[in-house]
Amino acid sequence: MENIKTFLSHFFVTGDPMIYGADASIALVSVAIVFVLTYFKKWKWLWREWLTTVDHKRIGIMYIIAALLMLFRGGVDALMMRTQLALPNMHFLNSEHYNQVFTTHGTIMIIFVAMPFIFGLMNIAVPLQIGARDVAFPFLNAVSFWLFFFGAMLFNLSFVIGGSPDAGWSSYAPYAGAELNPGVGQNYYLIGVQISGIGSLATGINFLVTIAKMRAPGMTLFKMPLFTWSILITSIIVIFAFPAFTVALALMTIDRLFGAHFFTIASGGSPMLWANLFWFWGHPEVYIVLLPVFGIFSEVIATFAHKALFGYVVMIWSMIAISVLSFLTWLHHFFTMGNTAPVNAFFSLSTMLIAIPTGVKIFNWLFTLNKGRIEFTTPMLWALAFIPNFTVGGVTGVMLAMAPADYQYHNSDFLVAHFHSTLIAGTVFGVFCGLHYWWPKMFGYLLNEKLGKWSFWIFMISYNICFMPMYFLGLMGMTRRMYTYPAGLGWGPINFIITIGAFGMGLGFTIMAANIIWSAIHGKRDTTGDPWDGRTLEWSTSSPAPEYNFAHIPVVSTRDAFEAMKEEERKGVKRRQLPFEPIHMPNNSGIPFIMSAFFFVAGFGFVFEWYWMGIPGLIGIVICLLARSFVYNDHHHIPTDEIERTERAAGRFS
Amino acid sequence: MKKTFKMKVLGALSLLLVLLTGCSNHIAVLNPQGPVAREQYHLIVWSLIMMSLVLAVVLIIFIYVLVRFGRKNSKDYNPNDTGNRKLEIVWMLIPVLICVALAVPTLKVLFSMDQPPKATAEAPRNFAGKTLTIDVTSVQWKWLFRYPEQNIETVNYVVIPKGVPVKFRLHAYDAMNAFWVPELGGQQYTMTDMPMQLWLQADKPGNYLGRSSNYSGKGFAKMDFHVLAKSSNDFDSWISDIKSNSPALTMTKYRELLKPNNVKPMAFSSYPKEIEKNLNKAQMEGKESGKSDSMKGMDMSGDSGKGGHHE
Repeated sequence: MENIKTFLSHFFVTGDPMIYGADASIALVSVAIVFVLTYFKKWKWLWREWLTTVDHKRIGIMYIIAALLMLFRGGVDALMMRTQLALPNMHFLNSEHYNQVFTTHGTIMIIFVAMPFIFGLMNIAVPLQIGARDVAFPFLNAVSFWLFFFGAMLFNLSFVIGGSPDAGWSSYAPYAGAELNPGVGQNYYLIGVQISGIGSLATGINFLVTIAKMRAPGMTLFKMPLFTWSILITSIIVIFAFPAFTVALALMTIDRLFGAHFFTIASGGSPMLWANLFWFWGHPEVYIVLLPVFGIFSEVIATFAHKALFGYVVMIWSMIAISVLSFLTWLHHFFTMGNTAPVNAFFSLSTMLIAIPTGVKIFNWLFTLNKGRIEFTTPMLWALAFIPNFTVGGVTGVMLAMAPADYQYHNSDFLVAHFHSTLIAGTVFGVFCGLHYWWPKMFGYLLNEKLGKWSFWIFMISYNICFMPMYFLGLMGMTRRMYTYPAGLGWGPINFIITIGAFGMGLGFTIMAANIIWSAIHGKRDTTGDPWDGRTLEWSTSSPAPEYNFAHIPVVSTRDAFEAMKEEERKGVKRRQLPFEPIHMPNNSGIPFIMSAFFFVAGFGFVFEWYWMGIPGLIGIVICLLARSFVYNDHHHIPTDEIERTERAAGRFS
Repeated sequence: MKKTFKMKVLGALSLLLVLLTGCSNHIAVLNPQGPVAREQYHLIVWSLIMMSLVLAVVLIIFIYVLVRFGRKNSKDYNPNDTGNRKLEIVWMLIPVLICVALAVPTLKVLFSMDQPPKATAEAPRNFAGKTLTIDVTSVQWKWLFRYPEQNIETVNYVVIPKGVPVKFRLHAYDAMNAFWVPELGGQQYTMTDMPMQLWLQADKPGNYLGRSSNYSGKGFAKMDFHVLAKSSNDFDSWISDIKSNSPALTMTKYRELLKPNNVKPMAFSSYPKEIEKNLNKAQMEGKESGKSDSMKGMDMSGDSGKGGHHE
């Protein structure tokens, strides 16, 4: 009896009223979901239409829903931290709790918000932009999503079962090792992120092949939309960067579970090696979440300036340059870890070099606006706000790149302000921009412009209130990851302003969520498929696009293919109506979901070092793989009369 | 037009900041008190100027295009304006020039940081050379300072003579930390398996706040220390005061210090020779249980076996 009691008190996180609150709300929400699904008899619908889907559009939507939920959790983490830091010597969170919260905030925002949000948007837009009917490997695409999903669930479970990791999102050894950091928290980080990372790697391969092999006839590489280009480059970065992280996570897992000494203090382990492996992935990772939004901004700015992108070819080559340089700068994350001056000099210069292609891009965007006819829609506001705000992040990045000056910025709030300037003004503004832009393509109605603009202005202004003062805080000597600070250093008032800004961003996000709900009921329908006067192929099909995307694969002859088609139509060129042919589509499959669930079971077992649970989980994964290899009937054909009916309903066939 | 509103907000905000922070000596990095910090400060100011110029240019073009082409019927709408080789070359070259302007002083300062700064005052009497060496060890969550030449040890505060280059040799006992005294100069990590070195020097007597800047666990936020710079006479008398009035550091006491916790500042008139080996946690514990091979070739003449013979 005693044993069971001790076990349970370690298994469930106890003693904190906030965590009991979380327990209760998780239980309530789960019960509510089960009730609603049962009451409305939606279980079958959920399984058939969503959990087993291999349709890139639905997978994209699921990615985005999951990313928004995770953004909510990461945001609550941020508000908890900001509440604790609002005044000196606050007692809102204790040290252990704060350390867990900043760890989960960072990990969730990068791995479970930024990446899936971008994966979601690229799932929705890329196949449509290149005139394809799905991605190259639709089944693998579903596997990627469910691995991400179950990885994220496993990571989040740590909050209520077993305890959260507390070594920071960068999890530096030796602190993250078993000796200084016992318990299961860090195991959750290693295994949860690992599972989702396998999915990310598969997504990289999938989109590289999709873009390389499945473009519409006539769409040569230098006729591709900029967003597709950015995803092509991002996929290559993913393929080269993620293996380093996979290996690093695996080695630390082996250290912690099986007592190896890769990163330990004892027996010749090298803690520095972790820092190298982590940032060899970690720096390219920054561009994995930035280059796609550069693509989104390029699309949106061109669309709403009603002009083709200025300097298209240079824009592409600068992205390629950034992707190459991104692999040559990882050491700038630890200039102050005892490198010799020549080593620091090399990485200082390589980092500064990134400013050149990035600067070129900024000017090209500005000159796309020049001589344009700028329309201030919500997506355009996000894109415009990106330019000055991201420039602040960019120039402070150059300041950080100067190694001797970095000795004064490193790990201070100056650094924290810098990377939030790039990740919020870049990635977050970018995914919000893409969300508003492609929303009609996803759901067939527009988000409300008025609410959209309110959420934009509140979020953007609050972001500045939050992060501009933080630069000064860093110069005043406040470091990141401090759970409290004494009075009398002059840090109090600035921290208070920052907290106000943080809550303002929370308000902006809440309005955006309200907009999503309001527009779902009252949103303006998009009957044309082209609500923004778009330039690229995704706007040439209906909103939302039919299962097969295009009844006829479009034939492309120029950049901005859809704009060219519309131009032809304006000139009165009539297109010939070709007869429909049956369309070959992949079958749905439950295997991705079930296999990822086995990953979850195995992962949970290994987190607790319960091999009786972990090994059967692994066996389950292998069985799923075998089962898949015996599925011969993996596709179907959509008959022509069904295509005709769909096309007629969309007004494209008469 | 909408952006002017934003500019006003930003302007008001920065004004507010200036008012709130009051005097600039709260901004430690911009208030250098020694040659190392000053060199870095000049670099920071130079980069700030260059970067403000870049930002200003971007903002000016940004506001211009929005005001000019954001109107409903802008007259010069020209959808065919999609590239200009000459302009593109210009804005590729300008960043190159800016990078060069920043890289040159960066490299200069970078290579100078390996060298001791120039002494500006006479070294105190009980010095072996013209510079002072202090061994720093970070322990969860405190700082140990050892003066090998003076044979004393302090905890969570360190006293240095003004105008004399001080070489901090950095070690970690367990987790990594970073040693940072912003008013005297930039930081450097402490690690278990690699000794590091950091030159710092104070211009004048003063009390400078330092802290760990690399997260190391529960007590990390309170892992700060004070650097007291004194004139050479005051430094001498401080040394003799510690020598005559503070207790000796025993191995027992030392082991107590190695436990993870936050402690108050302390000083010791001497320390056991053995701790000069800067053993990390694994070596220390391996030595105690006698099973680690990392102890091969170690001088075992220390008194670890007889710990606690006097306090």
